[in-house]
Amino acid sequence: MAKGRIEVDERHCKGCALCTTVCPKDLISMAMERLTPRGYHPAELRDPEAACTGCAICAVICPDVAITVYRWIPAAKSLPVSA
Amino acid sequence: MDLSEMVESLVYRKPDSLRDVETHYCPGCTHGLAHRLVAEVIDELGMREKAIGVAPVGCSVFAYNYFNMDFAEAAHGRAPAMATGIKRVNPDNLVFTYQGDGDLASIGAAEILHAAGRGENITVVFINNAIYGMTGGQMAPTTLPGQRTSSTPLGRDVEVHGFPLRMCEVLSQLDGAAYVARRSLHDVANIRKAKKALRQAFEVQLNGLGFAMVELLSNCPTNWGMGATDSLVWIEEHMIPMFPLGDYKVGPGVASVGGRES
Repeated sequence: MAKGRIEVDERHCKGCALCTTVCPKDLISMAMERLTPRGYHPAELRDPEAACTGCAICAVICPDVAITVYRWIPAAKSLPVSA
Repeated sequence: MDLSEMVESLVYRKPDSLRDVETHYCPGCTHGLAHRLVAEVIDELGMREKAIGVAPVGCSVFAYNYFNMDFAEAAHGRAPAMATGIKRVNPDNLVFTYQGDGDLASIGAAEILHAAGRGENITVVFINNAIYGMTGGQMAPTTLPGQRTSSTPLGRDVEVHGFPLRMCEVLSQLDGAAYVARRSLHDVANIRKAKKALRQAFEVQLNGLGFAMVELLSNCPTNWGMGATDSLVWIEEHMIPMFPLGDYKVGPGVASVGGRES
């Protein structure tokens, strides 16, 4: 099962592709078939085998703070999410 | 494992100290990274309601639109002078300037030197990308020898244009400076180290220890004429040998305030 996932905010992503260079599982690629409202090809998570661990390295290098990261954890360990 | 026992938890989201707006920075520009690190540190310190930033002239001139806190806009290079006044009138507020190399090291060299020399209790975030970004990629005081810019198309010739200024080394000589450090934003590990240095610099101010500055080596993909990924490699290969990373001044009492460990 999936351990984590990311959401890329396409209002903010400028297609710089830095996140694609740091993902340890190489799961992020540029969506060349579509454009953001500002005309960039956005980054997207392509994770058919649910390999994303939610390590958040992509979020650390994203210059436009476009990436939100989630991770699945046991319910017993969960803290209230402040969103 | 049974999915029903698992819950999805938030690992990372945009810090509260950043507004949810589009920035005008070029794709891959590390100004966004520096903004985010400052915002994360101010969030962690719980000082957003008490923070006052001073925006410079340069690419980050619109920083007041991007940070979710009080901000003032200074004349070119005069952010440390403005921050001096703000901090002296409002000593309980967290006052910081956010300046580029053209702003801080060129037209604002007098202001930053004397703010550091006086030991003003402010925090300075200094973005060094070795070029004037906003005005079209002209030579800056920090431009590397041999570096091609729009005003040095054959490369910076030190016999004609002089040598680059190393601001951390200069300011660390002043008694008023409490914490002066240089970090880089070219990879994940260094971004994390940069955040720790920023935290240290803000805690120096909160403890009233004096002037603190963190220099962040940054990129300018557009005016360097390369892609975002290549520009980060260029920082590592060309800028770091000229501008070595490290703590240049850790004054009395600084090591004992937090932030140096994660």
